[in-house]
Amino acid sequence: MSDFQPILTEHIHQKECHTLSFYISVGGYSALEKVLAMSADDVIELVKASNLRGRGGAGFPAGVKWSFIPQDGEKPKYLINNADESEPGTFKDRLLINKTPHQILEGMIIASYAIGCNTAFIYIRGEFFKEYQLLEKVVAEAYEGNFLGKGILGSDYDLDVVIHRGAGAYICGEETGLIESLEGKRGWPRIKPPFPAIEGYLKCPTVVNNVETLSNLPHIINRGPEWFKSIGPEKGPGPKLFCVSGNVNSPGVFEEPMGIPLKDLIFDLAGGIKDGNELKAVFPGGSSSAILTAEEALSVNMDFDSLAEIKTMLGSAGVIVMDEKVDMVQACLNIARFYAHESCGQCTPCREGTAWLVKILTRITSGDGNSNDIDMILEITDNIGGLIDFSKGSFGKTICPFGEAVAWPVRSFVEKFENNFRQYISQEESVT
Amino acid sequence: MSDNNSHKDSFEYVNPDLVDNILSQYPDKRSATLPLLHLAQTQEGYISNAVVDTVAQITETHPAEVMDCASFYTMFYLRVQGRYILQVCQTLSCSLNGADALVDHITDRYGIGPGETTPDGKFTLMKVECLGSCGTAPVVQINNDYHEGLSKEILDELLESLQ
Repeated sequence: MSDFQPILTEHIHQKECHTLSFYISVGGYSALEKVLAMSADDVIELVKASNLRGRGGAGFPAGVKWSFIPQDGEKPKYLINNADESEPGTFKDRLLINKTPHQILEGMIIASYAIGCNTAFIYIRGEFFKEYQLLEKVVAEAYEGNFLGKGILGSDYDLDVVIHRGAGAYICGEETGLIESLEGKRGWPRIKPPFPAIEGYLKCPTVVNNVETLSNLPHIINRGPEWFKSIGPEKGPGPKLFCVSGNVNSPGVFEEPMGIPLKDLIFDLAGGIKDGNELKAVFPGGSSSAILTAEEALSVNMDFDSLAEIKTMLGSAGVIVMDEKVDMVQACLNIARFYAHESCGQCTPCREGTAWLVKILTRITSGDGNSNDIDMILEITDNIGGLIDFSKGSFGKTICPFGEAVAWPVRSFVEKFENNFRQYISQEESVT
Repeated sequence: MSDNNSHKDSFEYVNPDLVDNILSQYPDKRSATLPLLHLAQTQEGYISNAVVDTVAQITETHPAEVMDCASFYTMFYLRVQGRYILQVCQTLSCSLNGADALVDHITDRYGIGPGETTPDGKFTLMKVECLGSCGTAPVVQINNDYHEGLSKEILDELLESLQ
């Protein structure tokens, strides 16, 4: 097992670790006290200096995102904690909510202070009902302890936190879809710019940060940016929660430094492949990442830049492991069906394209495919998600990155496991 | 539209204090739409046309805007469901760990396919997308509760315990 001493999940095996009294007993809210004695600018600069990159999927530097919030202007500013965890293969934020909710809240208060916000929201996916109930208690406890409300800890800083339940829409994890949803509308992403930092919730400056991103903040404040940068690669450092699921012996959430070899996650921490089978393929960063062959998976490190180099991404660090028995065409269909179901319907290439991918993949798996179908799948993925050339940054056929999120994985299945697709088709063609 | 939806002409929240509490948390009324729909569904079991009208009145929006919202989200039901809604996650990690067999099992046991309700109104079967609990696959959500790491046997025990 690993020598790394967990930071975000250090106490999760303790009884009552979710309570305020426990959190305070292990130094909780001491970072907040420090922050309240600092200027907001200094907090932003400190987080910028740490190189903390967003843990929700896009990996945008958190401090930089905050610095886009206009300092002047009369409009209220908002912070939204994105707890809409719904990327297939991802289940880390749920763990943090259940085990260390006050760590998240402390991070939210720090971020809110830094951007000058007095009302913050937790947007939690609707299915997480038990977690929603827990957060209600946690927020109430925080008000009682004067960590929220008026004049927090004797300062002149006020903050209210509102918990808002989603209602079953993957797209609301995308920050502008989330904002629309919070406004009481369908979760249709917005064209950017304007970015939320300028025009977000109710057209006011808004920052959306992920649960895990926020959870890092108390530690960065307490131990400093240099300490944070000493963990993992300097350009995208820090502790990271990796979720491992699929055909492994011990699935779970593992906290390790950024940059841990994927091989170690699968074969050491997650106990290797079930039933003594061979590894076949891996999603490294949720189902929106391009899939890796076993060979690629055995040599890559789990950090933003190493994964981008081999044309996939760290995403939400949802590692889905597939063994030799998995039918890659069925797996591809499973994922395509997910995206067809979750496409918000706003952009034609995505709405129609995802439905066609499901139709064609269903046709192939039911033995009715023909040799044009593979090219047609590739053509559709191009049409939804651009040319998928990372070096050219070819985005832009859909309003939000959902288009790329379906195009990348589907295309990678076809390109890396084309033989599996050909087998279905050649069987059919030899019959006819 | 036919009738399951419109058999009630009016809807009122049984606890107006909860409505006021929701409204007090948001800077504008329309932002209260989702929580008000959740609250109504907890009371009624589904979102009827009457609920849509009431929410539109409270949030000062057009009923079409509330319906636009209610129909977009999979957790809002536009018609009556069974008392127990069996939501089997079918996305990849659950599928790799036997979710499809759980769906078949429920279908065999109660004679209902996905989207259908037993004639006695007790169970509705749904296939749902990723529930965010992939590490304990396969997962079935029954009403608000997650049941993780299920086998057919554990699922059977669970189903029998539901009154």
